[in-house]
Amino acid sequence: MSSSVGRIPLLEMRKVNAHYGAVHALRDVDLSIYEGELVCLLGGNASGKSTTLKTLLGMLKPTSGEVVLDGEVVNDRPTSYRVARGITMVPENRRLFKRLTVRENLQLGAYLRKDSDGIAADLERVYELFPRVKERLGQKAGTLSGGEQQMVAIGRALMSQPRVLLMDEPSMGLAPALVQQNFELISQIHEAGMTVFMVEQNANMALGIADRGWVLQTGRVVLDDTAEALLANPALRTSYLGGSKDSGDAAEGSGEPG
Amino acid sequence: MDEGAPPSGAPRPRLLRPRTRVDWFLTVIRVAVLIVLAVGFMAFIAQEINPDNPFARWANPDATGLTGAQFRGLVISGIAQGSMYGLIALGYSMVYGVLGFINFAHGEVFMVGAMTGMITSNKLADVGLWESNFIGSLVFIVVVSIIVSSLTAVVMERVAYRPLRGAPRLIPLITSIGVSFFLQNASVVLLGPASKSYPNVPDWVKAKHTFLQIEGAKILVIVVAALSMAALWYYVDRTKTGKAMRAVAEDAEIASLMGIDVNRTIVKVFAVGGAMAGMAGILWGILFRSVIHTTGFLPGIKAFSAAVVGGIGHLGGAMAGGLSIGVAESVGPLLILEPLGVSGVSQLRDAVAFSMLIIVLLVRPAGLFGERLPAEDRA
Repeated sequence: MSSSVGRIPLLEMRKVNAHYGAVHALRDVDLSIYEGELVCLLGGNASGKSTTLKTLLGMLKPTSGEVVLDGEVVNDRPTSYRVARGITMVPENRRLFKRLTVRENLQLGAYLRKDSDGIAADLERVYELFPRVKERLGQKAGTLSGGEQQMVAIGRALMSQPRVLLMDEPSMGLAPALVQQNFELISQIHEAGMTVFMVEQNANMALGIADRGWVLQTGRVVLDDTAEALLANPALRTSYLGGSKDSGDAAEGSGEPG
Repeated sequence: MDEGAPPSGAPRPRLLRPRTRVDWFLTVIRVAVLIVLAVGFMAFIAQEINPDNPFARWANPDATGLTGAQFRGLVISGIAQGSMYGLIALGYSMVYGVLGFINFAHGEVFMVGAMTGMITSNKLADVGLWESNFIGSLVFIVVVSIIVSSLTAVVMERVAYRPLRGAPRLIPLITSIGVSFFLQNASVVLLGPASKSYPNVPDWVKAKHTFLQIEGAKILVIVVAALSMAALWYYVDRTKTGKAMRAVAEDAEIASLMGIDVNRTIVKVFAVGGAMAGMAGILWGILFRSVIHTTGFLPGIKAFSAAVVGGIGHLGGAMAGGLSIGVAESVGPLLILEPLGVSGVSQLRDAVAFSMLIIVLLVRPAGLFGERLPAEDRA
């Protein structure tokens, strides 16, 4: 944390509360993500992790508190505005446009950009990062293997030239070998200079590559520390087990339409 | 829609390996339908070869068979009619793609296009431009009609459907039936209940041309419809907006994550679908020269059938479905029913068109080009 003193966070949540109908999904959540960091938000089922991402992206409006992107309060701004200002997400289960080709998926990532030279250059960067994606460009995204789809999903997100990349459950729905590969990809992107905010259930994997982390339990941040300290903290386990499923927050599961 | 499917989860049994009683029933119907089609077609062939052979006489003693020219004429009429169904079907299919409901008022958008063309062309005829510069006038009425029908579709979306975004699918569907009645009645109020005609078209449009003995109007319809479909295909397949439409159709939430304005994209889908319907309306007017406030009903329902036959949500399917229904209703009565001794076959066009829908659904429930929907999407 000492490295971040005096700097303005790239992305911030200040005392954010959010509701799904009567369900109080986020309670006074404070988060700050600084440029160049790889940070993670941990928590069990229905702890409010996906709600946090939706609130950051503008898919859900906070009932109180502020979402701040690069110094600007963006509470009332739509997703497209925030994407144009440099935030994007790799969604849980990748959610590629399966009936579109790989090339079209990547092009849609750059939907808001007008600089065709820059887009072409970024496409080349994605091919460099994931040579296998280049071989599959003309194929429908739905025909790709899980690992290849993950590459396209990350590539699609990078095409929007994000300043901060959100990752929703990168280990979800992948075979164990691919999970390992996926986390390697994430740290590779991070080492190339990308700010990454990752939401994960798999605490060991996530903290293995992250700088800092928070633990969310029934919508409240219960731990906030460096990755090493969190891994060493016995409270990490108990906070997971403590957040039982019937503790009032069922919103996260119902927020995901298959 | 898919009565033959077992409860969700289990794979659907194959056509000839029925498991449930419903499957047995459907298989019996499928076989019966195929027998009727096959016997009718064989009788047709037999009657073509020699109307006096025993099989032909057994099927229908009065049948005389068709001449080559008659047959060609039926096919061409079918293609012309079918390409208009196809143009209308695109709107049903695209709206279903992005919003997941059938916009039953789309047939009325077609009627609005035909009416606009009627008014504009009569105005042009009054000042003499229609006769002196037919092609120019045609382009003009097409432009006006496309604008008016697009606007109709866009306003319809804004006023009737957008407030229902997120409601169960049945609700916009029922609303669309209401919108349909509204537009029909608006036409009666504004233009009166009588049928109205397009001005006379030049002789070269009416005359049969040496090339295959086709009327000029039908050539015009087929060519213009083909060009419109090609333009739409290019728009949806190649342009950025088209990609956005397909992205919204597949996953609106992720599309918005790409920065796509979902509402604006939906408006564009309605506008483009309305434009295609307006184009079809003009072609209808040129070919049949008569419009009334109910003009949109039957072509609308048939175009909807065409969209389903082709596989709803699939643009190529909508075009193919339109053509197949058009040709089937034109050729079917004389190819299958007449040889079987059914009387008054030319009255049975509509019955044949909708039978075609049922037959395709019996054999391929997802339509010719459709993908089978996952169980949770069936409703």
